Amino acid sequence: MQAETLCGGFADPAIQSAHAFRSVMEAMARPGTIHDISGAEPPAPLSKAAGAVLLTLCDSETPIYLAGEADCDAVRAWLAFHTGAPLTGPSHCMFALGRWEALMPLHAYPIGTPDYPDRSATLVVDGAGLVASGTTLTGPGIKDTASLSLPDVGALQANTALFPLGLDFIFTSGSQLAALPRTIEVC
Amino acid sequence: MTDQAYNFAYLDEQTKRMIRRAILKGLAIPGYQVPFASREMPMPYGWGTGGVQVSAAILTPEDTFKVIDQGADDTTNAVSIRTFFERTAGVETTTTTADASVIQTRHRIPEDPLSAGQILVYQVPIPEPLRFLEPRESETRKMHSLEEYGLMHVKLYEDISRHGHIATAYAYPVKVEGRYVMDPSPIPKFDNPKLDGMEAIQLFGAGREQRIYALPPYTHVVSLDFEDHPFEASKADHPCGMCGAEDSYLDEVIMDDAGGRMFVCSDTDYCEARQAAGHRGKDAA
Ligand SMILES: [Zn+2]
Repeated sequence: MQAETLCGGFADPAIQSAHAFRSVMEAMARPGTIHDISGAEPPAPLSKAAGAVLLTLCDSETPIYLAGEADCDAVRAWLAFHTGAPLTGPSHCMFALGRWEALMPLHAYPIGTPDYPDRSATLVVDGAGLVASGTTLTGPGIKDTASLSLPDVGALQANTALFPLGLDFIFTSGSQLAALPRTIEVC
Repeated sequence: MTDQAYNFAYLDEQTKRMIRRAILKGLAIPGYQVPFASREMPMPYGWGTGGVQVSAAILTPEDTFKVIDQGADDTTNAVSIRTFFERTAGVETTTTTADASVIQTRHRIPEDPLSAGQILVYQVPIPEPLRFLEPRESETRKMHSLEEYGLMHVKLYEDISRHGHIATAYAYPVKVEGRYVMDPSPIPKFDNPKLDGMEAIQLFGAGREQRIYALPPYTHVVSLDFEDHPFEASKADHPCGMCGAEDSYLDEVIMDDAGGRMFVCSDTDYCEARQAAGHRGKDAA
């Protein structure tokens, strides 16, 4: 087992995951806002923010799909050791992790069912820088409008059109994150 | 000091992760009830174990925590929950609404408007607004998925034909972002307008029924009504006897053996702050 597999988890899991969750919750509740998140030192190519999100939300009950470069031995071993989450393909995952292009196409993921729209995947989109400008966001959690640099407006608009079904996104970069739930209109 | 016999905030980490995932899906689908696997808590169900579990999943040691029970900070229930998180999470507690970062509540929304840095956690006994129309969970799920809310309107309209107005005074149903009908918990309908566009995050936890739901900030929340009978956020038609407030929700209290009564703010922090600022009602000493 590589040394880096054993390192980089939360040193004080209860407290650090509590802090990390508040960042994720604030981001999901206020789409477009950018928050700091820390505590994890995952192996490349994962950002610290993506590592902290996964440590906070994932365990043996949450199948994860690793897309593209994220699907490497170092990441697999690190996730297995620190979360115990099983790996799976996109169609059965609760969380997916990777760069935007590697995660495509969006129709590969569970979007929930009419009776249980919560049974949908959350995509952790890692690696693209976060800037509070670019695409305009409106919807619950946003007072008037917000702005966020987003990868593909068309694909995200198609996701919003599925509401109340659909995917939810957490964008991570360096030690920061932002989120985009399915409710948000983007243009 | 936290009591080291327990994990931080009492719940184990796996349970907190499960609740945290449910909270995120709740925020992503405002007003929709997310199922979760409720845990036994060291207090009876009637004591708001759903709210307690939500609070346990969101608290950090830096939070300042307030608990209100029908507006009051000093009931046995409120004191017990406050003490529980002082001991298990090491949080500071307060009775002052503006000083709290997390407020757990049973049956009231504070009178002072909440702000963006705050989170309001509701204790919910019955999360399903359609339950009294349809006892089967499989059917109410279907009704929500198909937006079959006609029966709910029929029930409210029966109130009007029987009483001349909508008699439902608590847990008055709302529609969230034009989609899900939601039970706001047994708050008085006077509080319903505060749900709409609130700056704080609102989280709802039902322990026995194992449901979590949420309203992100600035969410559009409308009380169900009819064109010819618009919703009214009614309250007792008196000023508060202690602080003279005319805009607060009032409880009627018996003052003496002779049956003397007065109306006082149900939000005790609001009332005390007004009295401290020199406001006096007609019954104030
Ligand atoms: Zn008063």
